[in-house]
Amino acid sequence: MNGGPALVSILRQGSNLIASVHTALDDSQLVRFEHDLVEQIGEHRSQGVIIDVAALDVIDSFAALTLRRIAEMARLSGARTVIVGIPPDVAFTMARLGMGTAEVPTALDLEEGLRLLAEHATGSHPTHSPSGAEPDW
Amino acid sequence: MDDRLEERPDLTASAADLALQHPADGEHLLSQLVAHLREHRTRLRHEWAERIQQAHLLTAMTPQEVSAETTSVYDNYVEVLETGSVEALQHYARDLSERIIPRGVETHEVVGIVLLLRDVLARSLFEKYQRDFALLNEVLDAYEPAANRIANTVAVSFVDERERVIRQQQDAIRELSTPVLPVRERLLILPIIGVLDSERARQLTEQLLTGIRRHRARVVVIDITGSPDVDESVANHLVQTVDASRLMGASVIITGLSPKIAQTLVTIGVDLGKMNTIGDLQGGLEEAERLLGYTVTRKGGSTSS
Repeated sequence: MNGGPALVSILRQGSNLIASVHTALDDSQLVRFEHDLVEQIGEHRSQGVIIDVAALDVIDSFAALTLRRIAEMARLSGARTVIVGIPPDVAFTMARLGMGTAEVPTALDLEEGLRLLAEHATGSHPTHSPSGAEPDW
Repeated sequence: MDDRLEERPDLTASAADLALQHPADGEHLLSQLVAHLREHRTRLRHEWAERIQQAHLLTAMTPQEVSAETTSVYDNYVEVLETGSVEALQHYARDLSERIIPRGVETHEVVGIVLLLRDVLARSLFEKYQRDFALLNEVLDAYEPAANRIANTVAVSFVDERERVIRQQQDAIRELSTPVLPVRERLLILPIIGVLDSERARQLTEQLLTGIRRHRARVVVIDITGSPDVDESVANHLVQTVDASRLMGASVIITGLSPKIAQTLVTIGVDLGKMNTIGDLQGGLEEAERLLGYTVTRKGGSTSS
């Protein structure tokens, strides 16, 4: 994030990282975001990662792929990823195009995402998991 | 023009003038015509009303109403002939349609009375100019396009008004038909009553996804007990809606799939593997409560029932 206003902010909150995307990202910006985030996950030895995409008005296949890649890399570093804040129209467009987040769990907003991570951390059985299928973490 | 004038040496000066002012002669004829129609207003209107009665049109209206409306139509008609502008008539026709559509007046009646008026007036013109065939031709040349335009305007206004009413009703039905109901904190119910077409399915998705956001729902129960049938595109749309809800962090339970719909879905091969379906709404609610961590206990006494 050097030069210009930050497109993404990555904040540490306890053992979790919260990455908020502030604006639409193009492909190279997405690549840099992936790089920065994964680096920080390693640096902070985070347990959970929340990616807030509420500001994205388009999630194309590359963005979806990037999100999945981040989640997979985070998993390899021992962190769980939750994607939050997908707007309704974006959600429907993604569903129509058959682009999902695959195994990556999603939640309505930051609060829900934190709750989901906390539920898992305390080992309590999540009372809710999207799709009825347990996210595989 | 000139040779025709020679053929008719008995023409009055004014008619000769009018024939000479070539570009404006249509207009002139029209004003003559309008004067004629104004002069014989009462007789022609009476004749028209009789023809309407004979044709059994506008039977849904009282004779007084018919008389009042026909007077207005007549005056508007003449005015259009005079000014050439259909705006006032359009306005009146829309207004008229608004009044008579709820009374059950049909399109053919409205078009019918206008055509009758056109006929009555044409006959009277024929009568007036029958001795001068060439002049009659010119008069009709001026009259016919205007009359056609009038008939057209009235018919279009009427149909437009009907369509507006239909659209309005469709909107009302649509609003009614997909309520998103919060039953508990974080739990929404979406009862679907009636046939799901693709337009309604689209509406449903929109309302559901915005509802999820507004109520911060975690579980949604879509109950399609009241929906007799779905087709392939609607089924796929439902699947997509479920996927989209999941992306927003809500899980969807579908209840009340009729055997017929179940059969359809399996036959057309919609992938329902990811869908959480439960037989009836009651079961769906219980499952939703379980997902949300609610337990319902009956107060005081046995819960066995």
